[in-house]
Amino acid sequence: MAEWDQLERELIAAIEGAADDAALEVVRVAALGKKGSVSALLKCLGGMSPDERRSKGPLINSLRDRIVDAIAVRRVALRTAALRVRLAHERVDVTLPVRRGSVHDGRIHPVSQVIDEIMIIFADMGFSLAEGSDIETDYYNFTALNFPEGHPAREMHDTFFFKQDHAGERLLLRTHTSPVQIHSMETRKPPLRIIAPGRTYRCDSDQTHTPMFHQLEGLVIDRDSHLGHLKWVLQEFCKAFFEVDRVKMRFRPSFFPFTEPSLEVDINYTRTDAGIRFGEGEDWLEILGCGMIHPTVLVNCGLDPSVYQGFAWGMGIDRIAMLKYGMPDLRSFFEADIRWLKHYGFRPLDFPGLIGGGA
Amino acid sequence: MKFTLSWLKEYLETEEGLDTIAAALTMIGLEVERVDDPAPRLSLFKSVLVEEVEPHPNADRLRVCLVDTGDTKISVVCGAHNVRSGMKAVFAPAGATVPGTGMVLSKTVIRGVESNGMLVSEREMGLSHEHDGIIDLSQDVPVGVPFARIFGLDDPVVDIAVTPNRADCLSVLGIARDLAAAGLGRLKTRPLVPVDSDVPPSVQVMIDLGDQARLCPAFAWCHVRGVQNGPSPDWLRQRLHAIGLNSINALVDMTNFMTFDCGRPLHVFDAAKINGNLQVRLARRGEKMLALDGRVHELEAGMLVIADDYGIVSIAGIMGGERTGCDEMTTDVLIESALWDPLCIARTGRRLGIDSDARYRFERGVDPAFVIPGLERATRLTLDLCGGVASSLSVAGHVPDAERVVHFDPRQVRRLSGLSTDDDEIGAVLNALGFLTSWHEGETFDVSVPSWRADVTTQADLVEEVVRIVGVDKVPSVPLPRPDAVIGSIQTIGQRRRGLARRNLAARGLAEAMTWSFISEAHATCFGGGQRELELVNPISPDMSHMRPGLLPGLINAVRRNVDRGFADVALFEVGQVYRGLRPDDQLMMAAGVRHGISHVNGAGRHWQDETKPVGVFDAKADALAVLESLGLSVGNLRVLSDVAPSWFHPGRSAAVRLDPQTDLAWFGELHPDVLDLFDVSGPLVGFEIFLDAAPVSRSGSVRTKPHLQLYDLQPVRRDFAFVVENDVKADELIRAARGADKALIVDVRLFDVFEGGALEGRKSLAIEVTLQPKDKTLTDADLESVSEKIVARVGAATGGVLRK
Repeated sequence: MAEWDQLERELIAAIEGAADDAALEVVRVAALGKKGSVSALLKCLGGMSPDERRSKGPLINSLRDRIVDAIAVRRVALRTAALRVRLAHERVDVTLPVRRGSVHDGRIHPVSQVIDEIMIIFADMGFSLAEGSDIETDYYNFTALNFPEGHPAREMHDTFFFKQDHAGERLLLRTHTSPVQIHSMETRKPPLRIIAPGRTYRCDSDQTHTPMFHQLEGLVIDRDSHLGHLKWVLQEFCKAFFEVDRVKMRFRPSFFPFTEPSLEVDINYTRTDAGIRFGEGEDWLEILGCGMIHPTVLVNCGLDPSVYQGFAWGMGIDRIAMLKYGMPDLRSFFEADIRWLKHYGFRPLDFPGLIGGGA
Repeated sequence: MKFTLSWLKEYLETEEGLDTIAAALTMIGLEVERVDDPAPRLSLFKSVLVEEVEPHPNADRLRVCLVDTGDTKISVVCGAHNVRSGMKAVFAPAGATVPGTGMVLSKTVIRGVESNGMLVSEREMGLSHEHDGIIDLSQDVPVGVPFARIFGLDDPVVDIAVTPNRADCLSVLGIARDLAAAGLGRLKTRPLVPVDSDVPPSVQVMIDLGDQARLCPAFAWCHVRGVQNGPSPDWLRQRLHAIGLNSINALVDMTNFMTFDCGRPLHVFDAAKINGNLQVRLARRGEKMLALDGRVHELEAGMLVIADDYGIVSIAGIMGGERTGCDEMTTDVLIESALWDPLCIARTGRRLGIDSDARYRFERGVDPAFVIPGLERATRLTLDLCGGVASSLSVAGHVPDAERVVHFDPRQVRRLSGLSTDDDEIGAVLNALGFLTSWHEGETFDVSVPSWRADVTTQADLVEEVVRIVGVDKVPSVPLPRPDAVIGSIQTIGQRRRGLARRNLAARGLAEAMTWSFISEAHATCFGGGQRELELVNPISPDMSHMRPGLLPGLINAVRRNVDRGFADVALFEVGQVYRGLRPDDQLMMAAGVRHGISHVNGAGRHWQDETKPVGVFDAKADALAVLESLGLSVGNLRVLSDVAPSWFHPGRSAAVRLDPQTDLAWFGELHPDVLDLFDVSGPLVGFEIFLDAAPVSRSGSVRTKPHLQLYDLQPVRRDFAFVVENDVKADELIRAARGADKALIVDVRLFDVFEGGALEGRKSLAIEVTLQPKDKTLTDADLESVSEKIVARVGAATGGVLRK
């Protein structure tokens, strides 16, 4: 018996002394392998008498079980220790900066974003989009819109011209988006509810005028829409666009050859250090011109003014973008200064509209 | 159009204050641009008595004055030679801002003597350039009277923007009429006593226009002999000064006054300087005239002129000539009051570049019925100002009958504006504006339009009159009825594509720019444009003369500006129109972008995680393909072709992307070094251009159903192959060949390694991973062997490639 105790002590000591999995395996083979010391004891059982076997068998088996358990315990301990060492070794500096991803870097130009915002608001009122080309004929830019030949109102438009062609026609860069009205009325049947954003051009340049700018044309033609509807559409638009419950607008009589009556619309605002606030203060910014479509324009498009009527407006997109988002200078819109684009631009996933908005 | 409050009150009897009047003007369509009331800022300047003048103890040229301001007596040091005791002068105390110099006065000590302000000159007060001594007031002026009152500057000046249709409001009379109609007071009529004379004018005027007589329907004139021309009286000088006009002499001032007072431009000739009679005719090419603006104008054939026997004396309706102008020596004056064709005046004025108050009014249309009354008033005013004896009035041609009646259904007011103004009020508003109304069969009005309202021709015009006078703010806001159906997609396919391109490119880290539609000729030419037909006649600068043929020139310029500011790692894009010609179809929509420096899709600038390498052709390729894929194209179907991209790209590092052999959908590549030189920007710079409208519209059309999804239970099997091919073999050909080896089994071929050099010299190794998807049974070794052989054979046949050992 004493030699068994001795064997067990030695084996346990060897197991606990094994430094790694390999050493432990050597101990295991030495004890439990085919030629192992514990295996040898187990083998002796076969040669014993039944009585001897009954008395010694349990002892030898339990010795074997204790060794097996000790090896298992040691194995877990060794693995835990090894893992601890590995994890310690794998430590990194998690404060290292990461790339923020292209969705963070990219920007949508404020004018594009604002056009999307406008489009969604008018879509809700039943408008759809139309567009026209930048290079226009004199007829669509002026004549069809009731600008008489040589009338001073034409001069107010500071038009960019191309050279006369062989047929004597002189094309121009559209000075407003209103030619789209004519194209729309010529090609579609009333009722019409159309908006048309686009580039427009005038040879003029200072802090508030650039030779190229963006306008939004609006057109409603049916049998009964009048100035009161026009007022409502523009008021509702401004509330939705500027995201305010109330907006103070001033409708003033004015003159455009293609509308009668004609109005200009100013919006009341005040600029403070904290930003722009609407419906307060003394400042008015003119944002659009509008009016009832002139009967001559309707006739020019083949519509009978005693049956059809409607209204139109032309709004400065860049201006309302400046007013909403606070850009101070129109010229920067077309400079492509990356600092300006990053600051005033929108992230690609900033979707405007009913499900969009700040968090 | 400027006028003063007191001038307005000559025509408008009103109790209303300046603020109310200004607000009303804007709300009836005469937008107030500025109201300037000089009195408050001049309030500190007052008349004083200079009691004593003593020499300055420490300065020869200065005097020390004791000044009585009415409230107190103070010491003022003055250097003016004309200062003397007992004189009345204008004094500015400490704290006042001198208008002529902008200097703020303070109490000072000048060479040891205290000075409490300043005695001022006309120039210091902005009255004139006179600086030869201080203002020497009349002894009648009491002490303590504000300077502004003494000089008639206590009269606020209002400046309004008059729209081109309202020629009648280019006169104080017209403005007063509108205000009276709007309820701001009563319009005052000024009685006129016509000059009674039997003596005909000694100068005759002939209208010699042949069949162009409509260019000058009427020319009325009067001859006043024995006038004494000189400075105008104070009231006239002050009015003209207030609205920014210089006083010239009484006769000229009279014409300017009439222009602004009642909208009647006139011209005065010194009759003694006219040779023979006057003739209204068309100019002959090359005729010249020295005009009152001091410039010699060379006229073109067909311009309207007035000439005497020696030549042209006036560019009709625009500006008179120097030779027959009135000066202080004029004793005989011929006053012209005529009607000129607005278009002819506008064209001539524009061609000659003359902006005059007369042209401004004639081209907008003056009141034809006022030709004779205007001349009568001018003659009366001349006699009042300069004395003399007037002739009778003569008229060549005929004053046209401006009578016009518009049949007006008052229900149009409600129909077009939504205002529920009743018929009586509509009639009253029109009457107040000078329209005569009478019922026509009890249903509609016969509205007789006054001669000064040539702009009113239709019922809509009359609705506008009612709306602006009743008040635009009275128009009710009425909801536009909701559409009775959901409208579906509101964008065209082109607009949707632009939106997709924009959001995708921004999501790839590029910032959207908007650059000018016009660029320089050199830049346009470099990018395939620069055609003469796309050149602007009147560009705003030479750099903006040609319509852009592409978006890259504007973007490259933007890159240069950013690099010059110290931001080299930029990625920009633009979605917008380019111009291949003048017709609407020649305007194409493109998306284009550039990447400069280190600006990859995963980030810009150096970063510890990345190998820091500059952008290359494959960055541009990835952008281009991403956009095309967002438009619904399958990248697997696209062909990327080298050697066909346009000249502005690096010939060996660029490509065109096509779906069918004819149509370029996109170009991408590194920019050609010559382009970098031309744009003065250093590389690396890559770019791409996408023709958004060139991609075919999805054949499924409005069908949104996605194809059936086939999933297999069996795992896909992947096998790698490395082929050695000649250097000029295109990877794309190899991939396509491998893919085509067994279309049923091979679902993906991925190129994962390219190796050149070393022992391969002149050749390269392309390694691919082929994915096989078994469908109904597990692949056996024999199956795999068979597919592998097919791949090797196919690739070998297509590219000459052999398996790398």
